[in-house]
Amino acid sequence: MKQLVILSGKGGTGKTSLAAAFAHLACDGPMPLRAVLADADVDAANLELVLQPCSLEQHEFMGGSKAIIDPAKCEGCDICTQVCRFDAVISPRPNWARGAQGGEGYHVDPIACDGCAACVYQCPTQAIHMEPQLAGHWFRSESRYGPLFHAALRPAHENSGKLVTLVKQQARLLGLDEGYQVVIVDGPPGIGCPVISAASGADLAVIVAEPTAAGIHDMRRALETTAHFRVKSLVCINKADIYPAGAEQIDAYCREHDVEMVGRIPFDATVTEAMVHGEPVTAYRPAEPASQAVRDIWHRVAGHLNHRESKT
Amino acid sequence: MRIAVASGKGGTGKTTVATSLALCLAADRTQTQPAPDPPLFLDCDVEAPNAHLFLKPTFERRQEVGLLIPRVDEARCTHCGKCAEVCQYHAIAVLGKKVLVFPQLCHGCGSCTLTCPEHAISEMPDVMGVLESSTADSGIHFARGVMNVGEPMATPVIRQLKKWAAPKPDQVVIVDAPPGTSCPVVESVRGADFLLLVTEPTPFGLHDLKLAVQVGRELNLPMGVVVNRDGIGDGGVDNFCETEGLPILMRIPFDRAIAEGIAQGQPLVDIHPEYRVQFQEMLMRIAKGVSGSAEQITSDESIPLFEATILDFKRKLTQGRNRKD
Amino acid sequence: MKIIITTVSPTIESEVDPRFGRGVYLLVVDPDTMEWQTHPNPGASASGGAGIQAAQFVTEHKADAVISGDFGPHAFEALHAAGVPMYLFDNSRTAQDVIARFKAGQLEQVGAATREDCHPEGKA
Repeated sequence: MKQLVILSGKGGTGKTSLAAAFAHLACDGPMPLRAVLADADVDAANLELVLQPCSLEQHEFMGGSKAIIDPAKCEGCDICTQVCRFDAVISPRPNWARGAQGGEGYHVDPIACDGCAACVYQCPTQAIHMEPQLAGHWFRSESRYGPLFHAALRPAHENSGKLVTLVKQQARLLGLDEGYQVVIVDGPPGIGCPVISAASGADLAVIVAEPTAAGIHDMRRALETTAHFRVKSLVCINKADIYPAGAEQIDAYCREHDVEMVGRIPFDATVTEAMVHGEPVTAYRPAEPASQAVRDIWHRVAGHLNHRESKT
Repeated sequence: MRIAVASGKGGTGKTTVATSLALCLAADRTQTQPAPDPPLFLDCDVEAPNAHLFLKPTFERRQEVGLLIPRVDEARCTHCGKCAEVCQYHAIAVLGKKVLVFPQLCHGCGSCTLTCPEHAISEMPDVMGVLESSTADSGIHFARGVMNVGEPMATPVIRQLKKWAAPKPDQVVIVDAPPGTSCPVVESVRGADFLLLVTEPTPFGLHDLKLAVQVGRELNLPMGVVVNRDGIGDGGVDNFCETEGLPILMRIPFDRAIAEGIAQGQPLVDIHPEYRVQFQEMLMRIAKGVSGSAEQITSDESIPLFEATILDFKRKLTQGRNRKD
Repeated sequence: MKIIITTVSPTIESEVDPRFGRGVYLLVVDPDTMEWQTHPNPGASASGGAGIQAAQFVTEHKADAVISGDFGPHAFEALHAAGVPMYLFDNSRTAQDVIARFKAGQLEQVGAATREDCHPEGKA
């Protein structure tokens, strides 16, 4: 079973729209591949909006813990404030009396708290303990193009990549159990842990680049990241006609770095219309320029998937 | 006053709006006597920073940034395992007679170093990126962080950027946040006086705007919305803003000319100078929406920066303990 | 002699679990006497560093070998540093199969991590 991940570096280049179209083409297109879908963009998960899945299971995801100070045991020695490197301990107001009940004594800002527990171990009166946090949920759903695994991280919670890894793992386990041929992973923007988790173990990455100054800059960083983690990458250009010189720059970069360019998608308002309509663009208006371009790209990507030795 | 520009969804136009805000502030200050400090622009999207493409700063100050990670003196180590016991991230492990440190898992909290009963652990810097800033010759004081490719965590880079490029007391700060709604965004936005959310009027834009609004509520920030590429999708965002009482402070209609200009690194207010007036009006509305005595975030000398070592910590800790006795 | 095998259930008849760091149970068994004990894998529920936690368990129990389906880079580094040989159970189905094949010398020893990971580097 193969793993395909769709990345970009820059946000908003069209990863999710492409992932949805791939899901549709893998299912209904001329080169069918049985696919499990995974939305790895757990803090802004959008794939379900164009796949309209039915929810089957929901699970809690516990994240890191946060420190809580017991005011009854706190003697105001200030060690926790000095030890904390995340500015998470809030000192009390000047007229707060040590050992007093009520009023604002020493307390921890749960948003700033990193969960390191240094304060717990250094507190001389054991007044601090850690409490695990519900960080989000992950879901198993069924879409018309295949099973979908996705998640919703609670806003302001830590996204260290663990939830991404969990979503992919679940997709992979189901895929292996039921004989699917590929896991299609809709990746997050950026290049940090969530992206690294999304890309790890992938047989192939498709980088969706946009031909803008920012898009080209971030595509390079995305390619450096996949190279660093030894994931073979292909590049496609979305909204290619917005800045033809930019598209040429991307072509030149790919040639220089021996990265295959698998297609150009023209700017096409149909993509947004399809999104509003809740469908992949290739299903919504198959004859439009964007859909044709995406079909060609899928043809090449599927060809690569069929020829690669699987990593799993 | 500190304005953080965020979105939830990537690619909605945060950098487009943030850079234009900074340019308008820079232009404004020449109209006032005495001229206020130039605005400080903080590009907090350390994984994929883009603002420099529009503001074109000349970087003069550079500093490596990272975390202090433990280094174990094997001669003093008794393999008691206490360091591994306290580490919440499993970044230090005792295996038989060997102690291993996993820098990519380490959060630089110092807990193992403080805990070791043999004082066998010291700390050393582990570089994960670079901080860069420019002078304000162009009218804007620009600072950013760039995380190294392959590093997992953006948040420590952002945290240190904010301290390193601390503003002057009356300096207006524009923060360009990364996409998403988790830790790096929260760190970028924390301490702001106003959260400006840039969205696009599509189902993806709306879905992620709702998440970004929740972040704003967690942080108790006054919020406003900019609708970019207005006209391309549906009315969902407008309806949501109305229901939630979120002011739409500006609309930027979809315009291919804007897309083409942005593609080439042209700031929005250069492509369409007539938008300057709208940005200025938005700034005034934001200033009114922020309470009068907004607290400024300044550099706190007692918080160790990257260069500090655990010796400083222990010294302060001992001083602290001695003071209380 | 003591070996550790990752399993899905807490008995010697259990099916093997292919993951070292997140395998559900760790079966500790003496292949000569067939005396065994099972423990929940501390790495299975870990939020991070699962392989490291499982490796610590292995060294605390002073195992002479560990057998699983997959060793990530942190697990590999930790076990390698501790000097514990690692083996793959190949297509064995149950713990008993694994023990038999181990005794017959049929299992492959690993010399490097068997997969990439989110955090590929660790330094001593």
